[in-house]
Amino acid sequence: MVIRGKAWKFGDFISTDLIAAGRYAHLRDNLPEFVKHVLEDADKDFAAAALKGDQTYIVVGGRNFGQGSSREHAARLIKLAGVPVVLAKSFARIFYRNCFNIGMPALTVDTDQIAHGDEVEIDLKHGVVRNRTRQKELATGRIPPVMLTILEEGGVVDYIKKHGDLIFDEARTR
Amino acid sequence: MGMTLAEKILAQKLGHEVRAGDVVICPVDLALVQDGTGTLTFDVIRQLMGKDTLKHPDRAMIVLDHLGPPGRPEYAAMHKRLRDFVKATGCLLAEVGEGISHVLISERYVKPGDVIVGADSHTNTAAGMAAFATGMGSTDTAVAMALGKQWFRVPETMRFELRGRLPVGVSSKDIILHIIGTIGEDGAVYKAMEYDGETIRHLSMDARFTITSMAQECGAKLGLFPSDEETRRWMQRHGREKDWRPLAADPGAAYERLIEIECAALEPLVAVPHTPGNVKQAAEVEKEGIRVDQVFLGTCTNGRLEDLRAAAQILKGRRVAQGTRLLVYPGSRWVYHEALKEGVIQALEAAGAVIGHAACGPCPGMQFGLLSDGEVCMATQNRNFKGRMGNPNSFLYLASPWTAAATAVEGRITDPRRFLA
Ligand code: SF4
Repeated sequence: MVIRGKAWKFGDFISTDLIAAGRYAHLRDNLPEFVKHVLEDADKDFAAAALKGDQTYIVVGGRNFGQGSSREHAARLIKLAGVPVVLAKSFARIFYRNCFNIGMPALTVDTDQIAHGDEVEIDLKHGVVRNRTRQKELATGRIPPVMLTILEEGGVVDYIKKHGDLIFDEARTR
Repeated sequence: MGMTLAEKILAQKLGHEVRAGDVVICPVDLALVQDGTGTLTFDVIRQLMGKDTLKHPDRAMIVLDHLGPPGRPEYAAMHKRLRDFVKATGCLLAEVGEGISHVLISERYVKPGDVIVGADSHTNTAAGMAAFATGMGSTDTAVAMALGKQWFRVPETMRFELRGRLPVGVSSKDIILHIIGTIGEDGAVYKAMEYDGETIRHLSMDARFTITSMAQECGAKLGLFPSDEETRRWMQRHGREKDWRPLAADPGAAYERLIEIECAALEPLVAVPHTPGNVKQAAEVEKEGIRVDQVFLGTCTNGRLEDLRAAAQILKGRRVAQGTRLLVYPGSRWVYHEALKEGVIQALEAAGAVIGHAACGPCPGMQFGLLSDGEVCMATQNRNFKGRMGNPNSFLYLASPWTAAATAVEGRITDPRRFLA
């Protein structure tokens, strides 16, 4: 699968409070409303632009993207806003698992090589991220095999339904 | 070869050796959700199982600690859904006012050697009693609740050797703020942190939980203390001595990194806006003369009995400064009752505090103690991200209960040591 989109850059240490603010907790059962506030406290223009739908945006973060709380709403809102993949220098642990669990890949790359507005292309199968604006290929971190297995089935719920249980092929756990 | 504490707990659960880097599927002793993450978790359980059902309802728990009593009809609707789920599945419920999940489960359920997950990032607090306890998202927690098991990557361990006795006015909050300030908010991403050394023999369980609750703030999967005599005494106090057993890392375990901390050299610290790793000495921050509108004492990090006692030690016979408000939310009903029995609540109230119910209170910024634009709050909680307390235009400082109490008295950020000499 090849994903293309325009980079929307965010800084280092984007917390889940910045992605899915606590003051909107009353919208947690109403994601179609909540998504209008996604990443609001990091960049108030992002949600409206992404939801317009005429352009695919790739969320591009810095260090420890998604740090803070466990609220899965953070990952879900980004996906619901039409973002197919999140790129960052590194990810917070819980957010990272949340992304794969809901079928949205999160890839580690040196995001200093991507500027706001750059056209980015991601070839998931081959683990390649290309900055088309700068004609440059970027090295990506390895996705743990278990995560890839889960992603291939569209998330952990579909994975378990398909396999009848939470079981992994031994080879995918290395 | 010996095992780290994290490896040992998982190995004992599974009945075979494990090593850092292995991926294991492990039974879970307790999976919990709170009211902010519960409904999404139960949506996923329905997708997964086709209906509201759990393999082991006695190992699943809902705690209504964030949103109750509901300040909005949407919160009330979420609570109703959660209570309906309890009726359908028979899982455990802690009602509004019972306390914060992480405080409650350590008082009532957690045993050394347990594996515990929760849809709350501070689930790792319970690792203070040698449990493999870690936070996950709603989907992962749904899997753990529904199936009674979950997959884990066995983490590498960073070992922290704590040396020397803490000086007057310096608490375990200052130890963990020092660590986060030193290694950074991503300094332990995906790792286990393991604490040992002579200092920990003098750290009470309340003090240990403060440290383990903040493992998340340096990105760690969890931060573990061994189970020792202090763990036993504490479990005895909660009527659970029979559940106690000693548990520690093996000699010769393989650590990724060793970090030594001279606790005798530590000072009272303050994390300044907007990250918990932005740490300065309280004495330095005091010089800036920062006026504080609100002081908040409580949370899974510093809402236990000793924390309330520490604040009362300074506030007893004194008054909260004009123009500053002090909010106190005990961590659990047990904490609340004990603090009442000891006169701690009365002392805080007499000093001008508003006493809330046993819950998260203002910490998650959802309905209590919200701040206006430009307002400053000194809190004993674990994170001060922009917007954390509900308003991205407010300023949040983090410190120990002593520092928070001294700040309440002065109405400005204050080094607590002169109140304690
Ligand atoms: S007290 Fe704060 S950090 Fe702890 S569980 Fe509640 S909201 Fe989360």
